[in-house]
Amino acid sequence: MNWTVIGIWLGALLSLSLYSFLYKDNPFYKFAEHLFVGMSAGYWVIYTIMNVLIPNWWNNLVPAEGGMQPIWLIPGVLGLFMVLRVVPKLSGLSRFSLALIVGTGAGLSMTAMFQTNALAQVNGTIIALGQGGGWFDWVSNLILVAGVVCGLVYFFFSKAHTGVIGGAANVGITLLMVAFGASFGYTVMARISLLIGQTQFLLFDWLPTMGIHL
Amino acid sequence: MSTFIEKLGNIDRRVIFVVMALAVIIPLAVRLSLPIPIDEGPSKDMYDAVDALPPGSTVLLSFDYDPSTMPELQPMAIALVQQLMTKDIKIVSLALWPMGVSLGNEALSYVSDSLGREEYVDWVNLGYKTGGGVLIVRMGSDIKSVFPEDYNGVPVDDIPVMDQINILGDFDMIISLSAGDPGIPAWVMMAGDRYDISIGGGCTAVSAPQFYPYLGTGQMVGLLGGLKGAADYETMVRIGVDDPPAGTATPGMAAQSVAHLVIMLFIVLGNISYLANKKRKGGVK
Repeated sequence: MNWTVIGIWLGALLSLSLYSFLYKDNPFYKFAEHLFVGMSAGYWVIYTIMNVLIPNWWNNLVPAEGGMQPIWLIPGVLGLFMVLRVVPKLSGLSRFSLALIVGTGAGLSMTAMFQTNALAQVNGTIIALGQGGGWFDWVSNLILVAGVVCGLVYFFFSKAHTGVIGGAANVGITLLMVAFGASFGYTVMARISLLIGQTQFLLFDWLPTMGIHL
Repeated sequence: MSTFIEKLGNIDRRVIFVVMALAVIIPLAVRLSLPIPIDEGPSKDMYDAVDALPPGSTVLLSFDYDPSTMPELQPMAIALVQQLMTKDIKIVSLALWPMGVSLGNEALSYVSDSLGREEYVDWVNLGYKTGGGVLIVRMGSDIKSVFPEDYNGVPVDDIPVMDQINILGDFDMIISLSAGDPGIPAWVMMAGDRYDISIGGGCTAVSAPQFYPYLGTGQMVGLLGGLKGAADYETMVRIGVDDPPAGTATPGMAAQSVAHLVIMLFIVLGNISYLANKKRKGGVK
């Protein structure tokens, strides 16, 4: 029995079942959808136990060389608190674990986030118009600086958007629309890429199993 | 005629699906080939940054994606690994996403076998660890405490490619192939800006616009955006190579281009129909 071919056929039939939704909802789609959700949940549970819990926690709590490390009971208890969310009377205990996660995450990323996504970006925007040398760089730098200023003006609501302020806000929203358009274009490309990937699988992996070579 | 144009605005969505499917299937089936011009841009910057690394350098390659984004990111992974191994650059890989381990291993083994490279001497896959940004910060001070062994259970102290690697700063470059978080933002924030290491990356097309600001500020040395970035890289890596291995991104871009033309056509038809309907009901204002 060739397991590769069976795998390809399963993948192809499930892909076609999922695409059948484009015609209308049907039992094949429902079956594939439920199978995917169920398998994903089961897979993640096992994966988390084998690749996160056992190597990161259990192997530290009970090392292979022997002896127990009681300090590792603390993360175990905090993990247990998270699971207790499913018990209504004890669900409040999960707040201790969540507080630790949120506090650590916020403390760790606060300065890094500000540095990377705010200070560095401001620094990158404050540039000399002549930076780069050529006329193209000059125009490009002007558009960058003016675009950022106009974009900020659009979100300044303490003054009516009339006159010069209104003009700058209009330039700002126009540039924002261009950015949204570019973002939408990339999104379309991403979705088509997924279709292309699955079509390549069907054409060049599945069809050959039936003797059809394109 | 006017009725026909007005009806264009009410095409059954299933007709559009069929046309889109054909727009993708036909170019792939007939192996339509369209030129992929390589201009100055983030893809070229990425290639040049890797190309500038001297042989013997060590690069950290992070596989931060899963099978749902394989069509975009796996071709990038293969092309990048190909360039790195061809230039005799050592690769230490890991994954911030669980499924990235096996996808990374697939790319590394495939190219390694074709170029005659050796696991543990030329490359190693350390595997997956949870933690994202926290993990990166810890790696900044001691990688071997975070990854005491590779994904096969081999102690890192016994792996030759890890001999000179103790902290993130020992890498000449970090490259993240990212489908979301944790991925490029975490590497830029916790490694690039904190330890002043060159960061390059590849990402899905959906997330590419949010990383462009990192290029402008120099926080990233290059970026491969979606299937286009993957096709660019495949093309650049193949230049001057005899009998290069087949990639999936370059043929995919021909289908991508045709599909985009069809989408544009539908947008134009929809707008013509909209304006025609509006004119019939009382004129365009």
